[in-house]
Amino acid sequence: MFKEEVKGSLFIALKDLKMYYFKPPNLSWGIMFPIVMALAFILRNPSGVKDLASGLIAMSILFAATSAEAIVIVFERRTKTFERLLLAPLSLQAILFGKVIGGVIFGFLMSSIFLVGTVIFLGVSLSNTVFLLASLVLSAFVFSAFGTLISVAVKEIFDATTLANFFRFPMIFLCGIFIPVSALPSFLHPLAYVLPLTYSVDLIRFFITGSYDMVHPAVCVVVLIFYSIVLFYLSVWVLKRRIEQ
Amino acid sequence: MGSDFIIEVSELTKFYRGFPAVNHINFKVKRGEIFGFLGPNGAGKTTTIKMLTGLIQPTEGTATIQGKDIRTQIVEIKKTIGVVTEDSNLYDELSILDNLQFVGQLYGVPQSDREKRIGELLKRFELEPKRDAKFATLSKGMKRKVIIAAALIHSPRIVFLDEPTTGLDVLSARILRAMIKELKALGVTIFLTTHYIEEAEQLCDRVAILVNGTIKTVDTPRNLLIATNTKNLEEAFIEITGLKEEIMLVEKERKR
Repeated sequence: MFKEEVKGSLFIALKDLKMYYFKPPNLSWGIMFPIVMALAFILRNPSGVKDLASGLIAMSILFAATSAEAIVIVFERRTKTFERLLLAPLSLQAILFGKVIGGVIFGFLMSSIFLVGTVIFLGVSLSNTVFLLASLVLSAFVFSAFGTLISVAVKEIFDATTLANFFRFPMIFLCGIFIPVSALPSFLHPLAYVLPLTYSVDLIRFFITGSYDMVHPAVCVVVLIFYSIVLFYLSVWVLKRRIEQ
Repeated sequence: MGSDFIIEVSELTKFYRGFPAVNHINFKVKRGEIFGFLGPNGAGKTTTIKMLTGLIQPTEGTATIQGKDIRTQIVEIKKTIGVVTEDSNLYDELSILDNLQFVGQLYGVPQSDREKRIGELLKRFELEPKRDAKFATLSKGMKRKVIIAAALIHSPRIVFLDEPTTGLDVLSARILRAMIKELKALGVTIFLTTHYIEEAEQLCDRVAILVNGTIKTVDTPRNLLIATNTKNLEEAFIEITGLKEEIMLVEKERKR
């Protein structure tokens, strides 16, 4: 039973990757947007490239994992194709897990491309590659589950992108991508601690530079796992409520 | 030996914002029969199918399909049923072949069986020449065929057909009716909703008539004709649903 559910999830993920992810708009959100932002900051301060790398990689995961994920279910509900998934002999958890995994794979691939780019072109060296890749997967899961939650919660694609951006853009400035959280005014710290991107940036930073800004990597891992579980099961709960209505 | 009834519905109810779309309905479907679920628009036919197939949860009551409870064993039930919804729910961007492959994967059909089954279905539904065409590019009749083929990919024992011939031209509708008969001959139980009464008369072993979320009667078309003293099922339907007075009023208005 469990094996069938996992297989079903993977087929959903592969179908989503084929149909929605490897399309120009998503590629631009996952790669072009972080590159443009990176160039702007590198040109201003070329010596701070290494400090910036972790934030940019985290940002690339955030945008790659959420850009399609936040609209896929809304789109499929609109075209009635989501009903096809609901008719399949799979639990809601398995269906949404498949949706999340699609975003995780895409987020991981985009951030890996970005990572390779920073190593080759910006000369960034890595402190622990295996753990770094694992932290990319964990971060991608959090942001993909976040996108899924948005996607099950709203009815229109426009609402999904608006809501996603409502959280994504402030996160860019509050979570240590360009300015370390420790350098932010202290009244913004509680807000930074609530947002998962803060932990993602600090964890990736640790595995690139060997040091962290605010949060110990072990704590980052625990918090990101916590966010993964909460966001995923919240998505399942919201979808279940919608079906029961 | 199992029960003669493959679907048993007991006090099934669905409220939408306090309004009863389906109100304490009871009926049983025999193994291997074509069971027609008839009613005017908004009677609750699609809501009933959605509850039986797990797309929505009942507010009250329950139903069993092959002895399994729709509230607690819906994943198990879904393995044995095929559903053709009123709306097209396959992927426009995928080809016929890819759509069938994906649905087969969702139902856990092993790859070798899947290839064989898809081959059979493409042949039976005369879809082979268009197997690589994107779903979006197909005619409405062709799309219906693919949707039905997708519902049969895992060889279900029960098939729910929600308004399968709506919007189809005469020829496509005829072909579909022939396919429904063919499925029955294979021992598949068919649960059919339609508002084409002639279609129900032609196909169904028994029919239930639903009005405003409640079942007025369940019987064979022949018994309904006798009970209502009418010549055909359409007249019996009008009699049972109370539409006769409405029709007379409309005709009176027209004559003015």
